[in-house]
Amino acid sequence: MSAMVENSAVAGTPPRPAFRMPWLRLAPWLYTLGLFALWELGVRLSGISHTILPAPTVVFGAIVQYWSPIWKNSLQTLYTTTLGFGIAVVAGLALGLFVGWSRSIYAGLYPLMVGFNAIPKVALVPILVIWFGIGTVPAVLTAFLISFFPIVVNVATGLATIEPETEDVLRALGAKKLDIMLKVGIPRSMPYFFGSLKVAITLAFVGSVVSETVASNNGLGNMMASAQSQFNVPLVFAGLLMLAIEGIAMYALMAWVEKRMTGWAHRSTMSQ
Amino acid sequence: MALVEIERVDMRYGGAGGTLAVSGLDMKVERGAFAAVVGPSGCGKSTLMKLVTGLHIPQAGNVSVAGRQVTEPVSIVGMAFQNPTMLPWRTTLDNILLPLEIVEKHRHRLRKHKKDYVAKAEALLETVGLKGFGDKYPWQLSGGMQQRANLCRALIHEPELLMLDEPFGALDAFTREELWCVIRDLHAASDVTIILVTHDLREAVFLADQIFVMSARPGRILAEHHVPFARPRELSVMYEPAFNEMVQGLRSEIAEARVAA
Repeated sequence: MSAMVENSAVAGTPPRPAFRMPWLRLAPWLYTLGLFALWELGVRLSGISHTILPAPTVVFGAIVQYWSPIWKNSLQTLYTTTLGFGIAVVAGLALGLFVGWSRSIYAGLYPLMVGFNAIPKVALVPILVIWFGIGTVPAVLTAFLISFFPIVVNVATGLATIEPETEDVLRALGAKKLDIMLKVGIPRSMPYFFGSLKVAITLAFVGSVVSETVASNNGLGNMMASAQSQFNVPLVFAGLLMLAIEGIAMYALMAWVEKRMTGWAHRSTMSQ
Repeated sequence: MALVEIERVDMRYGGAGGTLAVSGLDMKVERGAFAAVVGPSGCGKSTLMKLVTGLHIPQAGNVSVAGRQVTEPVSIVGMAFQNPTMLPWRTTLDNILLPLEIVEKHRHRLRKHKKDYVAKAEALLETVGLKGFGDKYPWQLSGGMQQRANLCRALIHEPELLMLDEPFGALDAFTREELWCVIRDLHAASDVTIILVTHDLREAVFLADQIFVMSARPGRILAEHHVPFARPRELSVMYEPAFNEMVQGLRSEIAEARVAA
């Protein structure tokens, strides 16, 4: 009975989408506001000290108060992250194509890459510091190292999972490996590639901030580390908030790029 | 001279100790003929497809197509599988033109003579009843329509031999019958030779002139039948007693082949 009611409710929706759409679009903002409201309420009611868990209003206050360093460090983190991410995109795409090219390369390199990926990247930062000193370079490299693996794996998977029938049809016509890659493999792996960018950009932030925290004089990671050593907890949270905002913005950008570049993949899965 | 000749062919997968897929396979298909291959599942029908198209080279015996021994993929063959494998990022028309971007004879001419090739693809689309669907994407087409487009793709480079591997297996009964007629008319209108691999005995009897019955693995030809019904055949031929008798006969042969395995 309740299923029937639900069904009729769903069926009744399409004729008047104009009334429901704004709610769907507003939902992310409303939920965010709700989270902040709950947080604020929780902190106020429980009376937790601001040096342990600052309320959102206090955090926003810190953002206004320290706007100049926050802005400068946010840009620095955005810069190291996107640079590392950019290198990861180029290197990941190249290595992914190489790995996906043949099954033997795939078989040989895959365990190596899994092993490499299993290494916590924070453990690599000291080595990078020995090689390049502290500052921007290790942050960029950490962002790169942490974010390129999902790109490689996705591109390689896209190439390695070409339907055997498609390959047979083309090979029977005299297609060479390069033909199959250009006509089928690469276009086919593009949805995987653009999908992996969303994962990779988020990871890139993790990499750059980790490196900035241990080995830099700039960036949000460093700013939060020094704020923490001064018990300036609101500033730490302000840094976290800025990171979240940058992360969401970059993720949204990648999602948009994905949709623009491989719209066919979304539509084709939806039609099936 | 037969277009396809297979003599005493053995094909084993996975090295010396591997599975023997076909053994002592012998068959001959004349130019312009319509042959069907039926048999229990796993009898090496797909292996046969790959042998004829040159995707696999047999360990023993001889496969020749158009008088030449097959040692590499032969581009005078068109293929269509049960899975239409249209590329979703290309329009139907571009999917159909894909073989022309591959086949040596056409790939260098394609850009200059694009208009002629597009016209040809559109003519093909019209013959299979897809006129005006060229600019649709494959995922905007139904399963039956995709399979029609798949046939166009297999035919665009004017192959002398068309290999069909259960192309209608995933379709509903009515669409399947429609496509049988499409294939029948395509065959009647051109001099293409067709080898159809299928599980569907009625399909085989309706479409083919020549039916090969294969044994269970390792596959070989158990019997070869000539289909006596006059062309052009209408769908109503399937309700004639002689038609059903032939289907029954094939069925019991395959049942025996399965028991023997």
